[in-house]
Amino acid sequence: MLKVEGLHSGYGRIRALHGVDLEVRQGEIVALVGANGAGKTTLLMTICGNPRASAGKVWLAGEDITGLATHHIIRRGLAHCPEGRRIFPRMTVLENLQMGAATGDPAHFDQDLERVLELFPRLKERLHQRGGTLSGGEQQMLAIGRALMSRPKVLLLDEPSLGLAPLVVRQIFEIIAAINRDQGVTVFLVEQNAFHALKLAHRGHVMVNGRITLSGSGADLLANPEIRAHYLDGGAS
Amino acid sequence: MEYFLQQLINGLTLGAIYGLIALGYTMVYGILGMINFAHGTIYMLGAFISLIGYLAATTVGGAPVTLALLLALFATMAFTALWGWTIERVAYRPLRKAPRLAPLISAIGVSIILQNFAALAQGTRAKPLPPVIRGGFTLINSDDFPVSLSWMQIIVFVMTVTLMAGFTWMITRTSLGRAQRATEQDMKMAALLGIDVDRVVSATFVIGAALAGVAGLMVTLYYGVIDFYIGFLAGIKAFTAAVLGGIGSLPGAMLGGLLIGLIEAFWSAYFSIEYKDVATFGILVLVLVFRPTGLLGRPDVEKI
Ligand SMILES: Nc1ncnc2c1ncn2[C@@H]1O[C@H](COP(=O)(O)OP(=O)(O)O)[C@@H](O)[C@H]1O
Ligand SMILES: [Mg+2]
Repeated sequence: MLKVEGLHSGYGRIRALHGVDLEVRQGEIVALVGANGAGKTTLLMTICGNPRASAGKVWLAGEDITGLATHHIIRRGLAHCPEGRRIFPRMTVLENLQMGAATGDPAHFDQDLERVLELFPRLKERLHQRGGTLSGGEQQMLAIGRALMSRPKVLLLDEPSLGLAPLVVRQIFEIIAAINRDQGVTVFLVEQNAFHALKLAHRGHVMVNGRITLSGSGADLLANPEIRAHYLDGGAS
Repeated sequence: MEYFLQQLINGLTLGAIYGLIALGYTMVYGILGMINFAHGTIYMLGAFISLIGYLAATTVGGAPVTLALLLALFATMAFTALWGWTIERVAYRPLRKAPRLAPLISAIGVSIILQNFAALAQGTRAKPLPPVIRGGFTLINSDDFPVSLSWMQIIVFVMTVTLMAGFTWMITRTSLGRAQRATEQDMKMAALLGIDVDRVVSATFVIGAALAGVAGLMVTLYYGVIDFYIGFLAGIKAFTAAVLGGIGSLPGAMLGGLLIGLIEAFWSAYFSIEYKDVATFGILVLVLVFRPTGLLGRPDVEKI
């Protein structure tokens, strides 16, 4: 569904990705774990065309999307729930969700809104509240809900657990599982919280300094002693 | 009292016009974080296009006054919108990623070019337009100072209020308005939701320029005389209005415009008409020193 081949990217002179290969198949949850600064966010953003890839290819549903402008890539069925959530703080919850549906068919709007509010009942109570007044967990729910409003083929999630209380983290991961299971959305999940991410994922990859160093099923990676030592001990909640 | 009322009416009329121009400054600042110094020049072009359009429609086309005014209005909005679009495309977009000073210098360059273009094409002498809309009402028939409200002032009010209401509706209710607000708050995120932010930026320039064009038309009709240099002063005053209201805030621009108009009217009436511009710039300095966020502006720290 989403395929990345030999991807290089960076910021001006700083090279952040050095040839990344990976694939996310239809219906899967694939996790990418790695330390801070490994290049995970850069990978997701490069898939979305900002920054542009300096070499390599990205395919979405068999279509080469490398080098397309960000909004064209998104319109082909990708949704990105970025690091730091980036909800629009001075727009209401409803308006944030409307922005998520900006590229969709208006005829679907009511149905999609209902679906998202069913998933996140908290948002329903706060529909006319400004996004900036929500708690961190609610903002994350809004960010995911907003991404779902476009009926994406592939959902990219960048550290959805960042800065959230353990209870909220568990809730968010349950919802991600539900989105994948019940709505058949393909998920590519980036996390520093390796324990939760690998438990949830069908398959996982480990990124170190802009390269994939380990790949395997979620369960295998969880059991891998090297991973336990680097990413899990102490980090697990 | 009568004198005061009259100045109030005059000040509000002038302020409405400043408010229309100020909207363009504040919208562009909100989205791109730059002061579009060519905006006052757009207003000046609007004044010339409306004058030419009106004269062409009446003298060459033989159109009745109302029709000629409507034609002038549409021509002005269309041309200034096109100018706004072109300026952004040619002078600002290539510099979007350049240091902040670059587009500013480019803006000043554009306004110098446009000013000279107007001076060359239309001459440097002031252009008069005989009063088109005459008459009005005498509100208070006092012996020492009758208070009057002219039709022209009513038209300025009605048009400004209508445009501002339509504009507010567009920003708060339509998908373009939503996309503009989203782009203003987080341009990168807007793109990640499939918004073509370049188009949104273009639309912002087009709308702001068309509003400034209408302001130019109203000034032509209201004062009956224009020259190639009017954009500079009006531009700075409208910019002051935008800063006073809180740069980036749309209601702030409208409010700031009205306040600047009132300040100017009262200052000229009670202190000194020669130094009326000093009052405006004094306000600009005071606001920048004591309340840089303006009256309705927000401090830039927001919980995200
Ligand atoms: N906007 C940027 N400009 C310059 N360098 C950046 C920028 N964003 C990230 N980097 C650098 O790119 C590398 C990868 O960062 P990032 O993709 O954010 O890692 P991760 O998401 O895995 O924490 C880091 O060395 C980081 O310093
Ligand atoms: Mg990151």
